[in-house]
Amino acid sequence: MAKIKFTINNIPVKGKPGDMIMDVAKRNGIHIPHFCMDSRLERIGACRLCIVEITGMPKLQASCCTPIKEGMVIQTHSTRVLEARRINMELLLANHDLNCTTCKENLSCKLQKYAEELMIRDLRYTGEKREEPVDNSSVSIRRDNNKCILCEKCVRVCNELQTVYAIGLQNRGFTTKVGPAFGMNMQESACVNCGQCVIACPTAALSEKSDINEVINALNSGKMCIAQTAPSIRATLGECFGMPAGTPVTGKMVTALREIGFQKVFDTDLGADITIIEEATEFVKRLRENKNLPMITTCCPAWIKFGEQFFYKELSHMSSCKSPQAILASLIKTYYAKKIGKKPQDIILVDIMPCTAKKFEITRPEFKGEADYVLTTVELSKLLKQFDVDFARLKDSDFDSPLGTSTGAGAIFGHTGGVMEAALRTAADWLGKKDLKNIDYKGIRGMETLKEAEIKIGRKTLKICVVHTLGEARKIMEDIRAKKSPYHFIEIMACYGGCVGGGGQPGSSKPEILQKRASALIKEDISKKIRKSHKNPGAIKIYKEYLGEFGGEKAHKLLHTRYHKREFV
Amino acid sequence: MFDARKELKAEAANRQITQDRITVGLATCGMAAGAGPVFDALKNASLGINVEPVGCIGMCYNEPIVMVRQSGRLAIYAKVTIENVSQLINCIRRGEECSSLLACHDISELDFYKKQKRQVMENCGIISPLKIDQYAAREGYQGLKIALGKKPAEVVLEVKTSGLRGRGGAGFSTGLKWSFIADKPGKKYIICNGDEGDPGAFMNRTVMESDPFRIIEGMTIAGYATGTDEGIIYTRAEYPLAIDTLSKAIKIAYENHLLGKNIMGVKGFNFDISIQKGAGAFVCGEETALINSIEGKRGMPRPRPPYPAECGLYGRPTIINNVGTLANIPFIMRAGAAEYARTGTEKSKGTKEVCLTGKIQRSGVVEVPMGTTLREIVYEIGGGAPAGTKIKAVLTGGPAGGCIPDEKLDTPFDYETLQMLGAIMGSGGVVVINDEACMVEVARYFMNFTQQESCGKCTPCREGTKRLLEMLIRVTRGVGEEADIDKILHLCEFVRDNALCGLGQNACNPVFSSIKFFRDEYVLHLKEKRCSTNACQNLVSYFITEKCVGCGNCARNCPVQCISGKPRERHIIDQSKSIKCGNCHKVCAFKAVEKR
Repeated sequence: MAKIKFTINNIPVKGKPGDMIMDVAKRNGIHIPHFCMDSRLERIGACRLCIVEITGMPKLQASCCTPIKEGMVIQTHSTRVLEARRINMELLLANHDLNCTTCKENLSCKLQKYAEELMIRDLRYTGEKREEPVDNSSVSIRRDNNKCILCEKCVRVCNELQTVYAIGLQNRGFTTKVGPAFGMNMQESACVNCGQCVIACPTAALSEKSDINEVINALNSGKMCIAQTAPSIRATLGECFGMPAGTPVTGKMVTALREIGFQKVFDTDLGADITIIEEATEFVKRLRENKNLPMITTCCPAWIKFGEQFFYKELSHMSSCKSPQAILASLIKTYYAKKIGKKPQDIILVDIMPCTAKKFEITRPEFKGEADYVLTTVELSKLLKQFDVDFARLKDSDFDSPLGTSTGAGAIFGHTGGVMEAALRTAADWLGKKDLKNIDYKGIRGMETLKEAEIKIGRKTLKICVVHTLGEARKIMEDIRAKKSPYHFIEIMACYGGCVGGGGQPGSSKPEILQKRASALIKEDISKKIRKSHKNPGAIKIYKEYLGEFGGEKAHKLLHTRYHKREFV
Repeated sequence: MFDARKELKAEAANRQITQDRITVGLATCGMAAGAGPVFDALKNASLGINVEPVGCIGMCYNEPIVMVRQSGRLAIYAKVTIENVSQLINCIRRGEECSSLLACHDISELDFYKKQKRQVMENCGIISPLKIDQYAAREGYQGLKIALGKKPAEVVLEVKTSGLRGRGGAGFSTGLKWSFIADKPGKKYIICNGDEGDPGAFMNRTVMESDPFRIIEGMTIAGYATGTDEGIIYTRAEYPLAIDTLSKAIKIAYENHLLGKNIMGVKGFNFDISIQKGAGAFVCGEETALINSIEGKRGMPRPRPPYPAECGLYGRPTIINNVGTLANIPFIMRAGAAEYARTGTEKSKGTKEVCLTGKIQRSGVVEVPMGTTLREIVYEIGGGAPAGTKIKAVLTGGPAGGCIPDEKLDTPFDYETLQMLGAIMGSGGVVVINDEACMVEVARYFMNFTQQESCGKCTPCREGTKRLLEMLIRVTRGVGEEADIDKILHLCEFVRDNALCGLGQNACNPVFSSIKFFRDEYVLHLKEKRCSTNACQNLVSYFITEKCVGCGNCARNCPVQCISGKPRERHIIDQSKSIKCGNCHKVCAFKAVEKR
């Protein structure tokens, strides 16, 4: 294809037809500030911060959505452009809650970053300010419209990427605001709590609902405090302490939790292994009976609420298996409590999870009395900072017995394709009735939002599919509804990238970062001697001592759950 | 081939129009003036003459208008109301003219029409809007017939050569726009923009209510020329009569095989038209916001490129033309591009409908050749200011437009010259203001409108117009200093250069324009805390003069009881308590309360 030649800041650059100015600038190391641009979403040109000066055009143009043309002469940081950006920022700040020191995003807010870069020292144009009550109704997500800059990223993520349509723009002009329709609050809306809006939000307008104070109280309550950590936390927690993305911090994470007062630290990866054992059992059964296929994984509570709301007629396709945290939580409050002779209500269990939806999951009536609190990765980092834990200098420790052993299969749950890969390792062994050596299903790894593969086991060819983002999930479900789905087994993760990109993770939706996080988990998988869930000695012991058969009656009672139709507006 | 004159029974209709007949203008202007009951009265009077409703003939200042052709003689009556219609009825019974209500025998007699050239409005107020036979009698559908006899590309070329430019305000060459989608394959759309949001603009409404088939014919020709089979008329919901009239006209067109399949017997030429109502947003007059609105989305503009000709409604190539633009097409096809181009100026061809309103003797919808000066429009057609007042300026282009002071009214009314003055033609609304109008208040009024209609998407418009409104309000209240004027201009330049769409980009035109020509008024407000026209409430005080006879009426009507005085003695207003409501001024029968 013919290359288009033009200049940016007097530097000659090249691009393809259809490229936008901002993309070519980025490839050439020229950064243009922006709020509303997100490469996964429609470019709407709303914030006008990315404007540039193009010779021959009297008005300034938004570089994120202006296509390149041969011979264009572009200035990205001329005096006129900088003054325009400055006024733009001043206008945003004039309608913003400027109590930065008491704000959750203090020191990590994009608005602060640009205000500092543009050296804003005075707000020349001030007047009426938006004043709205904070929406604290949801158990997962907090909405503060006084900090919203109307970049619409949350709306576009919820509508275009997730197809939940829980929020949108209301009103017009200065009174424009983001929120659910008909004046509903977040709890009443169709929000599935995935928290992708929280990840997308450049300010503290959207944040996770905080449970930090409750956990601090729990740690001081005198009761026994146990923590369990989800598979992806160990790949992302380091970023909160300035470490590069993908630095594995498993050992430090365990030490840190003990230091702040948790008596036992268990590994949700074990729950993941047991999930696989149960789910693979279930899958093999369905495959043999050719009933309720394709089967869909159910570790993701945002996906489950999505399914219950929009596809309740197809609920029988969901695996009845609980999610890993729920499985481990059940075992902690029954099996483990019995073992140490404590009543379940005298144990406080705190889940360290990558996701805001888990805060909702533990409130489901089926899970009552199991996990008590959920802290996201970001919340844990804030808790550790409050306790002045010098994270980088911590020595590694191991998880506690008897709920601390996990396999490589459990580790990879945290990234898209990981649950499927783990499940296949077990299902393939059982279906093929042998211990397979080739267990790396690389075809379903990576950041493509829809991945398909065909796995040959014996005489059978399994058609499997892995998707992330609920927009892809919707397409899959519509095929199932129309009885057109060609698959046997489907993994659905609501968050872009899987749990490494969860609503409770340090905010980033850049594929490179998410992939680095995923590779930390893959590294852990490879480093383990045992990489198949059904071979986990810790899991096998629990079945022997307590649960009985794989997928048996007791296992079913404790480790499986029900779903129900949810009304929504 | 389909012969419109024969099929639509034009001969008989022509007789109907040219022989004895009584018509009453029942467009919105007429209805608002009370023409409905007048029509009923005339119909029920059983006068033995056919009584028909017609649309708006343009001289809205004379509504309700009744035209009576009796025994071959035409008489045009003005301001006929339910109170005086009985006089007219009696005269008609006696076969006499009713001199007390007579306006003229032919509109060409009136100064209002002398400088007008009615092409687009040639049928308005003459034909009964929903009588397709009357439309055909006045050469209706001849344009389409001629177009169908040419190749589509030839029709596009004809429109291009005519020099017709978009009448919505942007003034883009219509023929050129059509050529952008003419060769594109697959599904395409033609959208007729009838959103007409400018305050003071109602020329689209007039044509929609008075000559709906013209618009349908124009769209159909556009469909043929560009290979498009579907048209949508997007009209603001606040035009119920226009919507009703258009819907009925569309139905009649289908019944006469002028819409639907194989139009006029031309095999394969299909065209459908549907109506889509707006929902109360000025911004939906902007073409990409309009497209979003039709698609069921929030009416917010999209970044361009891609332009609608590339990616428009549902992602398909789409043309958006204003009602006024399409209303020119039938004439262009009938008379030819060369004839059309003989009217107007070098760069602005044809005629323009102008809504002339405000502090003027004669207001209404007029149609003038492009290049007619504003002075001619305001003084000769409009009759100038009512006695005792003086015209201060003329506002053109609505909230996106500017003001032109009286001294500069020799400006020709066309796209280029108005832009050079910092005003724009816009949709063609011309609002006349006099010495009672404060220019700062005018700027504030338009900024208030713009801020309320801003869609809220982009920072410069959403936040910028809010801050500008707050600053302009402060100026009207005399709060601030002279340096604030340049502060306002600085923010205006930012909004103009950075906003996403035309609404934001043009929001500050009234401010730029009023400061350019009337900066002294701004300075007076800020430096001396005075409003020269006494229009700004906060800067006005009321003062009781020696004319006061002490009747006490003012004191009794004062909501804050700040007026004191003994009976039959001059009263006095306590300025520190006065809230400047002006009640005393209103109720004083002796003109003793002065506004300063």
